[in-house]
Amino acid sequence: MKNPLESLSLTVIIGFVLVIVLVVVVQAIN
Amino acid sequence: MDAELMAFLWRWLHVISGVMWIGLLWYFNFVQIPNMGKIPDDQKPAIGKVIAPAALFWFRWAAMATIVTGLILATYNGYIAEALALGLNGGGAQTTAIGLGMWMGIIMWFNVWFVIWPAQKKALGMVEVEADVKAAAARTAMLFSRTNTMLSIPMLFAMVSAQNWTY
Repeated sequence: MKNPLESLSLTVIIGFVLVIVLVVVVQAIN
Repeated sequence: MDAELMAFLWRWLHVISGVMWIGLLWYFNFVQIPNMGKIPDDQKPAIGKVIAPAALFWFRWAAMATIVTGLILATYNGYIAEALALGLNGGGAQTTAIGLGMWMGIIMWFNVWFVIWPAQKKALGMVEVEADVKAAAARTAMLFSRTNTMLSIPMLFAMVSAQNWTY
């Protein structure tokens, strides 16, 4: 199976999903 | 020099180094790698032998400058221990945010120096290896470069949000 990181657009989408996760984590601690 | 001016200068050096690092990272991922296939084979050495080694020089040393100035800045501002503990031992959500950004940056710095650079030396022929090892190294370098591109998005979100805290 192809690694998802081989797709540049998927890489960028995963990056933005991580932003959402980050906001949730920081808000939870706040 | 007063403390605020020193903190400003370290942050400025940190940001300017970070711009060079992430700028070159995005050059590799958004410009060079996607377009290598469109370059005729006889012209590929212009990239592989000239442009890429020069870009990699500034890339890896900018990564080093960014992490060194960042750690100095966090130490100077007195939040390095709390930030690296993600704010769980004090400091609150702003410290959690900068800490998450710092850890992502540290992972990215590690990838640059201990994965991407060693792999690129093989892939670009700076170190002589067999053809299959060379191909595997090129793939490893690309995947870790993509990983860093992915991490750069939340890393910058964490860094910038910690500096612009309103909630």
